Amino acid sequence: MKDFNYHSAKDSKEASKLASSSSAFLAGGMTTIPSMKLGLATYKDLIDIKNIKKLSGIKVSGKSVTIGAATKHVEVSNSKDVKKAIPSLSSLAEGIGDPQVRNRGTIGGSIANNDPSADYPSACIALNATIHTNERKIEAAKFFKGMFETALKKGELIEAIEFQIPEKSSYQKHPNPASRYAIVGVYVAKHKGDVNVAVTGAKSCVYNDKEMSKALTGNFSSSSIDGMDLDSSEMNSDMHASADFRASLVVTQAKKAVDAC
Amino acid sequence: MFKSYWVKILIKGEIMGKISLEVNGRKVEKEASDNTLLSTFLREHLQLTGTHIGCDTSQCGACVVHVDGNSLKSCTALAADVNGSKVTTIEGLETNGKMHPMQEAFKKLHGLQCGFCTPGMVMSAVDLLQKNKKPSDTEIRDWLEGNICRCTGYQNIVSAVKEAATKM
Repeated sequence: MKDFNYHSAKDSKEASKLASSSSAFLAGGMTTIPSMKLGLATYKDLIDIKNIKKLSGIKVSGKSVTIGAATKHVEVSNSKDVKKAIPSLSSLAEGIGDPQVRNRGTIGGSIANNDPSADYPSACIALNATIHTNERKIEAAKFFKGMFETALKKGELIEAIEFQIPEKSSYQKHPNPASRYAIVGVYVAKHKGDVNVAVTGAKSCVYNDKEMSKALTGNFSSSSIDGMDLDSSEMNSDMHASADFRASLVVTQAKKAVDAC
Repeated sequence: MFKSYWVKILIKGEIMGKISLEVNGRKVEKEASDNTLLSTFLREHLQLTGTHIGCDTSQCGACVVHVDGNSLKSCTALAADVNGSKVTTIEGLETNGKMHPMQEAFKKLHGLQCGFCTPGMVMSAVDLLQKNKKPSDTEIRDWLEGNICRCTGYQNIVSAVKEAATKM
């Protein structure tokens, strides 16, 4: 791994002051450190944000669950408050990686990285999340821009993610048999007025499947999306799953999610 | 020559940092460059070579140690990142030369063949029993998701963890 300077920031202000075009924020480091070891990313400065107390913790109000950016996956999966308010969010956290990754990886890190097959971005889209940064509030629908790309600007730090509590919801994924990342993951959330069907792993970036949302808003039953033929032209295709297989998996996982609601 | 010597020290001064840890109950303090991984720090700076490096990409789990009571993959954490923590490695499990019940169980039930994955496997399993005293077979298998063994086929590892659960 190439040389860099390690800094531990006391607060968001200091963290963003230290940021430059050749720096990265370090939370759990579950993606940042392996990418740096492989030479896929190099930074002059790593700014550790784990010790900023304000960035950790879970708060539940009547309508929403707010999770601090540096909150670890294990904290979300074990939280009684999250289990009660949005059980599907706690089970999503429980299914990320392995226990060692969950002991270390954070929700903010996962979202800022926006890996095309990460689990958390689908929760943000399905649960109409608001991303709170040190500068502004961003709606999830405008936050995820493309493969590993977000609306975050240089030095902008995610402080918390606010999820809207749905009436019902479920997250189902078809994991890679070795690494357990989502080959396809579908987060279905039924809100008062409409239904969101957030899909991860299928395309270069998480998205809300409009066709399925519409069908399920009309009739919230897996039969209303049964056999739906999704357009696979923009879907990922690799040694693990062809684009057509992914398109079929999206429907299968969405049906499973609706049935589990 | 005198000048260039000092320049080097100054440059080094910028990228080196002091790492203070409590490792297996012993306080240690060493200078290490900021890009030193915890696994490197343990193996090369402290000569604690019981922690193994298998894949070096956080898949195999041979490098699992405990930091402040929780298991983590030491090849995917910076030494600077865990500064000030309490670290337990496989060398820290024995008491007065007597093996830990988990080590005993792995030995008794042949939970290892070549032994390369064993330090990480044992450290993960100990963390499981700290959190779940009587895990089911499924819970043991789920927990050991991040530890890969290419010899045993896992059956004897699961048996060993169950046996240790009766002794801990």
